[in-house]
Amino acid sequence: MIIDPKKCVACGNCVAVCPMGAIHINPETKRATVNQDECVECYTCFRGMSTEHLNPTMVRTIRKIGSWFRWRFDPEPDVCPTAAITEQELAWPRIVRRAFSDPVVPHESTGVHGRGTEEVKTNDVTNRVGPNDAGFTVEFGRPTVGVRFWQIQEMTTALARMGIEFEKRNPVTSLMTDTTTGEIRTDILNEKILSAIVEFKTTLANAPAVLQKIKEVARALDTIVAVGAAARCDEQGENRLEELLIREGFTFNRGKTNLGLGRPSPSAEMEIAQARATVG
Amino acid sequence: MTNTLHRYGNERNLSNDFIVFAIPCRGYNDKDSVPKLKRFLRTATKYNPVNLGDGSHGGAYRPSKNLNPTAHWSRENKPDFETVIEGVDTPTTVAAVFDNIRAVEEFVAELQKEDLGLSINISALIDRAQECCDDVGIARHSVEYSLGFMGQTDRLADRQVMELSTMCGHGMISFNFARKMIDWVKEGRRTPEQACNYFSRFCSCGIFNPTRAKEILEEARRRNS
Repeated sequence: MIIDPKKCVACGNCVAVCPMGAIHINPETKRATVNQDECVECYTCFRGMSTEHLNPTMVRTIRKIGSWFRWRFDPEPDVCPTAAITEQELAWPRIVRRAFSDPVVPHESTGVHGRGTEEVKTNDVTNRVGPNDAGFTVEFGRPTVGVRFWQIQEMTTALARMGIEFEKRNPVTSLMTDTTTGEIRTDILNEKILSAIVEFKTTLANAPAVLQKIKEVARALDTIVAVGAAARCDEQGENRLEELLIREGFTFNRGKTNLGLGRPSPSAEMEIAQARATVG
Repeated sequence: MTNTLHRYGNERNLSNDFIVFAIPCRGYNDKDSVPKLKRFLRTATKYNPVNLGDGSHGGAYRPSKNLNPTAHWSRENKPDFETVIEGVDTPTTVAAVFDNIRAVEEFVAELQKEDLGLSINISALIDRAQECCDDVGIARHSVEYSLGFMGQTDRLADRQVMELSTMCGHGMISFNFARKMIDWVKEGRRTPEQACNYFSRFCSCGIFNPTRAKEILEEARRRNS
């Protein structure tokens, strides 16, 4: 993202808005400036701020006169008065920043918006996480700290050595050169993004060791790691993972509950049955 | 997207924070899901949600790209549910946010009868979601537990900023902006309701809970976290 210096009046509204803190008012040019290495192309400034289309010269003049008298205009803090924030055309590898940071853009690999993963939210349809499984989501960079892919690779390579199964329909998995090693393609390793989720499952028996490994690797990373653990419930709505997590010393109060109301459409069911018959 | 899983807060201020969402599953039931997603949202409006959202287009509070200068004195701040519902044009996640469990239970009971065939999830305190399931007569199918934050947690902000910022799970509400609004409310430059409207406009999938945010800002006005 760039800020058009011809339009910017240095009101400073965009400075606080940026989740990465990548915008500042340059004291020499007296214009808002984006640190391109820190900018993750999340579009918070471009899309989230409202805009006026005032004449920049007029606004700068008024602000200048006001500053002589220390008058403070109290503008709406989520408005760019001159629509100075300008999107730029993104090429590879920078375009991967937007894919992972702008929640309105669907991930190409999964077609899902946001972080691009369905996780156990659709487990009633896919049954991906079964009764003897523990599903994991390991999210990096959130809230508003950001992460680079080489940091994610530290975790994915460590987890790959533990016999876990990366979720195929996940944007981070789609960027791995080898899911057996967890290595990510080298041309994006230094790209910074707002956040990404590594998704995988393992057996309930392996879950304690995996949790310890996640904690160990997270301690060494200069970012935030947020972990979710998922379970399939029995007919009474109970599961064995909850007790395991408490035994491993985790406390939790919040979560997502899948109500089991989803199902494949009739046409999808036929396709699944045909595919199984072909494989069988 | 795990945009609601890691909402930060304590049991008290999370106890009336509920997000119910419908999500089509790609390749399984996403074709022809658009009318069902709209029906989900329209049904939700019967139970007084505090926000509605469409992951592809936004929530009930949206920024304006053609404000005139009078907006600094008078600005439209009402949620626009109709725009959210009519704007759903592609399989995506849609959400309804509630600030009381009774509304959630009634909504979920009606969803059961509607039988949309889409996955429905409740993001809330686990015990409260369980309470809802018990009252409606549904057994939980799967649960995902938020195990919190690890890594360099000294990069995180203070409690009130975290509570506000994490209410947009995609990270669209920066720590700096949350801190700025807390300060503006404390200074009397804005009311908590005005600050909530700003936050809501940044949350691009409409899961921000303005009722909860107002409570957090009211408390922040009186004391630090």
